[in-house]
Amino acid sequence: MDKEQNKTTDQNRRAALKGLAGLGLGTIAGGFGIGDAEAAKKVVMGFIYVGPRDDYGYNQAHFEGKSAIAKQSWIKAVDQENVPETIAVQKAMESMINLDGAQVIFPTSFGYFDPHILKIAPKYPNVMFLHCGGLYDASKHPKNVGSYFGYIDEAVYVSGIVAGHMSKTGKLGYIAAIPIPQVLRNINNFTMAARSVNPKITVQVVFTGGWSNPVKEAESANSLIDQGVDVLTCHVDSPKVVVETAEKRGVYSCGYHADQSKLAPKGFLTGAEWNWSKIYLDYATMIAKGAKIPNLIRGGFKEGLVKSSPYGKAVSAKARAHADKARAQFMKGGFVVYQGPIKDNTGREVIAKGKSYSQTDLWLESMDWLVEGVIGRTKG
Amino acid sequence: MAFAPFLIPLTALALSLLLFGGFVSLAGANALEVYHSIYRGAFGTWFSWQNTLVSAAPLMLTALCTALPARLGLIVIGGEGAVVLGGLAAALTGLALIEANPWVALFGMALAAMLAGGLLIGLVGWLRHSRNVNETISSLLFNYISIAILSFLVIGVLRDPETLNKPSTHHIGETHMLGALGESSIHWGFGFGLIACLLLWILYKRTVFGFAVDMVGGNARAARLSGLPVGRIVFLVCLMGGAAAGLAGMVEVAAVHGRANTSLNAGYGYEGILIAFAARHHPLAIVPMAILFGGIRAAGSLMQRDHDLPDATSLVLQGMIFILLLASEAVFAHLARKRGGAA
Repeated sequence: MDKEQNKTTDQNRRAALKGLAGLGLGTIAGGFGIGDAEAAKKVVMGFIYVGPRDDYGYNQAHFEGKSAIAKQSWIKAVDQENVPETIAVQKAMESMINLDGAQVIFPTSFGYFDPHILKIAPKYPNVMFLHCGGLYDASKHPKNVGSYFGYIDEAVYVSGIVAGHMSKTGKLGYIAAIPIPQVLRNINNFTMAARSVNPKITVQVVFTGGWSNPVKEAESANSLIDQGVDVLTCHVDSPKVVVETAEKRGVYSCGYHADQSKLAPKGFLTGAEWNWSKIYLDYATMIAKGAKIPNLIRGGFKEGLVKSSPYGKAVSAKARAHADKARAQFMKGGFVVYQGPIKDNTGREVIAKGKSYSQTDLWLESMDWLVEGVIGRTKG
Repeated sequence: MAFAPFLIPLTALALSLLLFGGFVSLAGANALEVYHSIYRGAFGTWFSWQNTLVSAAPLMLTALCTALPARLGLIVIGGEGAVVLGGLAAALTGLALIEANPWVALFGMALAAMLAGGLLIGLVGWLRHSRNVNETISSLLFNYISIAILSFLVIGVLRDPETLNKPSTHHIGETHMLGALGESSIHWGFGFGLIACLLLWILYKRTVFGFAVDMVGGNARAARLSGLPVGRIVFLVCLMGGAAAGLAGMVEVAAVHGRANTSLNAGYGYEGILIAFAARHHPLAIVPMAILFGGIRAAGSLMQRDHDLPDATSLVLQGMIFILLLASEAVFAHLARKRGGAA
């Protein structure tokens, strides 16, 4: 995000807060354009990020979602950045509830859920705790807890198609944090998409061992490029380093989490992005209307939870057409990526012929293998 | 000059708050309102006090890891590694004793954590004494090794397969968790920190061992010539420092997470170094310093939400306090010397 834009969001926010103070905390009479809502109060929402708001990645995507809804006059959105996955996040949640009167809290990092949300939620039964990442289990967890997540692997699939078209060497590179199911699923989707364009393509994976490890990310990017990789992508908290390194070395890159096109005006192809503003507004509307909030929300392109970054100027017309077609299939629904026969990269058949796992299948959420065509291992 | 030990740090504190006020004004916030937020977020209510004390708890223990060896003239910055290994050892012991009585399990976890952290820093001391390896560098490098060991084990053999997206060890069991102090939300880590600071102050101030430590710190050769077992003293002091930080790791596992995972590596060890220096390595002075820095951590939350200041603002305040504290020491020492010379 550039400074200018940052400034205007800040000013808006500040103006909104000032207005709020002038009218007396919290209670503002009259609905503010939520149709038939009888909302007499502002909806107070609290957002917690594990990294900086402007990381060009995971946290920025949430911050952008929050900033978009903060423009609504009937919403007060507060947020806090760089909150570690320790007791600090428990205190941040309680502080938002006790001092700001938050009615709903969005702790956006995976590690915030167990034990932190599970410990605080029972203490505040009237506050909703909505966690990004999807570990909610109705049989085990409190009723005022929920989870939301997007099938971003659909957007990664679209990136994979573009990468498959644009690579000349047939070697793609994936820099990933740690081998957990969500990461592996993205790598597998990217690989299968690229190989649907050119079956000879390989994807070399490097695990850096942490979500934010800029030095290793740069080293990995350079070493992959030295080995002939000509399209790089990544799954780390901030893709900034990988995308910038790719640009500097003159190779293509696909982004992740947020829009990184500004970092690589020449080589940026497209990227898989979250579209949180929609779901955050949906939640706020539900609260304003007093509707029951579903404990589990999932969705991909069709539900508006994910999107692709605009194509970079390098992307060929053929690649665009193919990628657009794939996205249209996801929009229509029913397109199944995990359709047998699928082998992993050790030659073992993981999905038999005739068997398929659709997007919502929970089996996919415990993925521990890499698909054929990936160079890399999930275990040391 | 009986007030000097209090006057100097308080003046430095007041100055840094003034300077900080100028800084936040430049950042577009109202300085007076920011002061009020700091007060409200850190010390204004019982809720914020609990917040502050919980943040201070691990910092007291990790500060000891730097403060104790400092009396020997060693600069050890391996608190982070000791926290990580301590937490890992605690989780492993907790899992081994999962059938045992909670008291036995907690005692075993604390012991294992102190041993793990203690041996790590003890090794740093031993390398320094017998191999002349620079203790600052070796303890820094041991931090990275410890974190790597933790990640390797929790992603690999120790991983609970249920922890899909946040690799962690198995849970030590709800009944074996370390509780809070009374009705508050302050966990026992705060009590451990207070006790450790007090005991070590007594050890340093009132025992022969403490005197021996000061002798070694003053002049190691002279100490050896007077027959003191310098090597053993160095090892023991480092062992105690590491044990304190290791115990902080145990508290993280037993009172907060219930498992060991990479959240152990949250920077408590590094912040402890700052506190040890700000407290001039005095075990008792560590307590108010840790509470002050814990308060800044707690208030950082409100500075972000009420004033749209970035998270780094609280780091700026910490840095200003730290530098002014150290600088004021130097200035006052210089003045005192001048006056002494004139008299």
